[in-house]
Amino acid sequence: MPWWLAVLIKSAILLFVVVTSFAYAMLAERKILGWMQLRPGPNRVGPWGLLQPAADAAKLMLKEDLTPETADRLLYKLAPFISLVTAFSVYAVIPFGASSSGTWAIGNVNAGILVILAITSLGVYGICLGGWASGSKYPLLGSVRSTAQMISYELAMALSLIGVLILAGTTSLDGIVKAQMRWWFVLPQFIGFVIYIITAVAETNRAPFDLVEAETELVAGFHTEYSGLRFGLFFIAEYVNMLTVSCIATLLFFGGWNAPFGLTAIPGVVWFVLKVACFMFFYMWLRATLPRLRYDRLMAFGWKVLLPVATLNLIVTAIIVAYTG
Amino acid sequence: MASQKRLYNVGAILKGLSITFGFMFRRRPTIQYPSVKKQHAPRFHGLHELRRYGDGKERCIGCELCSSVCPANAITVIGAENSPDDRRSPGERYAARYEIDELRCIFCGMCEEACPTDAIVLTPSFEMADYRRGSFVYDKDRLLVPPDAGVGTSPNERPGGIPGDLGRVAEIKATTDVERGYDATWRGEVLKTQRKGLTLLPPSKAQ
Repeated sequence: MPWWLAVLIKSAILLFVVVTSFAYAMLAERKILGWMQLRPGPNRVGPWGLLQPAADAAKLMLKEDLTPETADRLLYKLAPFISLVTAFSVYAVIPFGASSSGTWAIGNVNAGILVILAITSLGVYGICLGGWASGSKYPLLGSVRSTAQMISYELAMALSLIGVLILAGTTSLDGIVKAQMRWWFVLPQFIGFVIYIITAVAETNRAPFDLVEAETELVAGFHTEYSGLRFGLFFIAEYVNMLTVSCIATLLFFGGWNAPFGLTAIPGVVWFVLKVACFMFFYMWLRATLPRLRYDRLMAFGWKVLLPVATLNLIVTAIIVAYTG
Repeated sequence: MASQKRLYNVGAILKGLSITFGFMFRRRPTIQYPSVKKQHAPRFHGLHELRRYGDGKERCIGCELCSSVCPANAITVIGAENSPDDRRSPGERYAARYEIDELRCIFCGMCEEACPTDAIVLTPSFEMADYRRGSFVYDKDRLLVPPDAGVGTSPNERPGGIPGDLGRVAEIKATTDVERGYDATWRGEVLKTQRKGLTLLPPSKAQ
């Protein structure tokens, strides 16, 4: 089999898996939010509402695709694809498991974590340009917020990850997981983990940091003017980004596909999926619990708390690693 | 400064998280409406119906008291004289036209109170959604119960011509037998629900 065919087949399988998990993450979110609010959640389409994602997809595809007259047409139509493509392309370097023949990933890049950070940083362009190109005031406010929020939280996020990289001594995701054979980095890097979890919520524009699409203030924020399939693409991108940050948290802090308590009978992929699912549940749980932050407090929290703590964590880690070797 | 301190109160966040987690396992009060129905109060005011006597004659004598008492002007009655060879009601007159605009109706039940022969009764049926406004003007064909669903003795069969059950018919709202297939009443609703193999919650559980 030529190498390009293998990559193509792997990508197709992965795309299918990610899209399916997006669909059911969305259903799970609606169900879990419902349960936490004493509602049953969607349950009319199929048994336990399991066909709800298919019904939603069909509805979104059949809806009219509106473009406001004041919009910058090219950017307006392009923006959802920027969000989607950047959200999906991250999965090219994320490993899901390992067997004796090697790591299960499309591309096992030796600077994997840097590639992920670079690509996810591009994702903000989709939101920024989408809001700006709508030619309408609420989307513009949403995109302005997203720019400031992304920049302030991305700094703390990257700093919180560097502690792990120092401990592992590599930027390859494969290597980082292997370095966690003995113990997971969540123990020595607990502060880094907490900072990462908080900033990851902000990076994916999820509650309580969803100021970009704060529906009580900005109608729907950056995607106010979007409808039909283009809105659906933003929607997919948001959930795929959630999956991405959950994958990174699993790989960097929770040992990736390493089995806990020596339970190696269960294959590593299952552990990986379980860990990611736990993080996804945590995000939904947060959304059901916390109210949205005020914007100035969001910025103050990012710059005055997260950034200094992350820097301190990094310096202390570096000193300890330098002295203990 | 106090509000700043509250913002970073991790304990409060953890407490909130524990509360929402606990709520996941609570009993949900949702009633799965179209498949499970809650029983109404016995005197619920819903869709109207025009009653008949046991012999199949219409109770309505076309007196128009309901239409004059109606605070929403929802009822139109045009009475006509009974002819000897086609007697619709036991009285002199009957309602040639009887229309209720259910979109105007406020379901106060004053027509029911005003009616001297207990002809008009509010049933507990409330599922009358439709696609066109026009279909909410219920004419006599839709309001009148089937001829075999009558109750009470006609004054024709009684000395002095007085209805025997005045004031009782409106009280017992479910007058028709479910076996006859007429389901504008509460017992009819039960039947429809049971036919689909679904359950109906008793009132105490549904509260």
